[in-house]
Amino acid sequence: MGQITLQGVQKSFGPVHIIKGADLDITDGSFVVFVGPSGCGKTTLLRLIAGLEDVTGGSILIDGKNVVDTPPAKRGLSMVFQSYALYPHMSVRGNIGFGLKMAGLPKDEIARKVEAAAATLNLTPYLDRKPRELSGGQRQRVAIGRAIVREPKGFLFDEPLSNLDAALRVQMRIEVTRLQKQLGTTAIYVTHDQVEAMTMADKIVVLNAGKIEQYGSPLELYERPNNLFVAGFIGSPKMNFVSGEPALQHGAATIGVRPEHLKIERDGTAGWQGTIAVAEHLGSDTFLYVDAGPLGMLTARYIGELSLHAGDRVSLLPDPARIHRFDGNGNALRN
Amino acid sequence: MARKSTTQRVVVSTIGAWLFGFLIFFPILWMVLASFKTELEAFAIPPSFLFFHWTTENYATVQERSDYVLHAMNSIIIAGGSTLIALLIAIPAAWSMAFSPTKRTKDILLWMLSTKMMPPVGVLVPIYLIYKSFGLLDSRIGLVFILCLGNLPIVIWMLFTYFKEIPRDILEAARMDGATIGRELVYVLTPMAIPGLASTLLLNLILAWNEAFWTLNLSTSNAAPLTTFIASYSSPEGLFWAKLSAASTLAIAPILVLGWFSQKQLVRGLTFGAVK
Repeated sequence: MGQITLQGVQKSFGPVHIIKGADLDITDGSFVVFVGPSGCGKTTLLRLIAGLEDVTGGSILIDGKNVVDTPPAKRGLSMVFQSYALYPHMSVRGNIGFGLKMAGLPKDEIARKVEAAAATLNLTPYLDRKPRELSGGQRQRVAIGRAIVREPKGFLFDEPLSNLDAALRVQMRIEVTRLQKQLGTTAIYVTHDQVEAMTMADKIVVLNAGKIEQYGSPLELYERPNNLFVAGFIGSPKMNFVSGEPALQHGAATIGVRPEHLKIERDGTAGWQGTIAVAEHLGSDTFLYVDAGPLGMLTARYIGELSLHAGDRVSLLPDPARIHRFDGNGNALRN
Repeated sequence: MARKSTTQRVVVSTIGAWLFGFLIFFPILWMVLASFKTELEAFAIPPSFLFFHWTTENYATVQERSDYVLHAMNSIIIAGGSTLIALLIAIPAAWSMAFSPTKRTKDILLWMLSTKMMPPVGVLVPIYLIYKSFGLLDSRIGLVFILCLGNLPIVIWMLFTYFKEIPRDILEAARMDGATIGRELVYVLTPMAIPGLASTLLLNLILAWNEAFWTLNLSTSNAAPLTTFIASYSSPEGLFWAKLSAASTLAIAPILVLGWFSQKQLVRGLTFGAVK
């Protein structure tokens, strides 16, 4: 079991409030991603759950038991660090087995579990190497091996893929997701990369300035963002925001339309008129950055190739069913 | 663009490096050679480089006139003792400053270093008087104490920089893995800190072994280490270059051997590969 519940969790460093009261309910076996801009408190929140930092207020329940006074190792969670944090003087075998050794397991049992974990992660040929003799991806897998071998109630990942190159990152992303599904262990994963968040998560927690802005499935966040922050943070390219006259027509202070929900018309007269400032042709997609005068810069996405170029006049028609409305405080207005 | 390392460039820089190395080594070579000459040959002009009458007579005389073993023992006790005590104080001090720094940690470190900026002679008189009143003059304990205090700032600084390089994440990983502080120390920290500890130990041994100001001023015979032994052959009247050289060669030999054998282990760093 690995049910993790946060109740009014707060953290301050001196006068600085990093986490301003977080409430969260993470069900057993789910993959939850904490995402937000740098400095939003996502890593701090993870470290509070791990027990590497002490909470200033509130409680953290693991399977219904408050663990705020429990030391990290007794919480039954294991962590994968951004820097991997492997023990440089130990072999891969020693690294993976260290937690079991500390728990006082008999040697043959440690050996068996380490071999099993190594087999899962394709590390068997490297068991007797030192971390410095491994590539980045292999080191990453050792760090994951160290986490899974203890059969914890939950995994905590602190931006584990940020040190890998782009291709390896995509591959490891799939491996981590598959491994988590296979083991069925609760996982909390911190990242600043919203693509990682959208692709890996069962549920996403969007954090901003120490506050949970929204908690929901990736598509919920995409389709029904609670406020301007979530609307702007989730989705790539970013959602277009328009205020003033067009927003008032929809009874809102600001309206938002995603680039993929703008219909592009050459020399049209309806919708929002503008001149293309930059056109990006990716083959699979075409991104247009349109200078729409008083409305500001708008981004439009077309699936496939569209032969338009900088300087061309276009009109952009928002899909009426896909317009997000926000009030003066930036909160979403629901129909 | 990658730099080309042409054969020509390599040859020139190799010769340059050897010349420079020889320049640095020359006084020591001269000293060792002089120790095998007679007093007359030792200050003959032009000096004879290799073709002179080789003799070990100076070593015999030095041995007869003074007790090398006593002074060597004193050097070992003073250098070793001051280094061990300095490490015992410095390890926890550097440890706490590296792993739980406060707002004042930087200031404390700078203040400690600032004590090394003062010329020791500035406090010679007060320290001499204090030592006199406490009966510490010409005592091994007194010398251990003053050398320990003198080198402590450097020891703490060195250890602090080594400990600082141990990534915090690794200590946290050990905590997540269930290591208690004691086990963390035994299984994770000590193995990672050993290269740093070893080089600090060696450097401090060398510094303490060669220290001449305090040992010359605060000891005469009983507690006198090898520095005083050398100095006893440097006389304002008469020239005893050969005997002085023999005494110096004897004095530096042990530390030279120690340094030679430990240099490789010291340079090797262990932390590489732990953290991206």
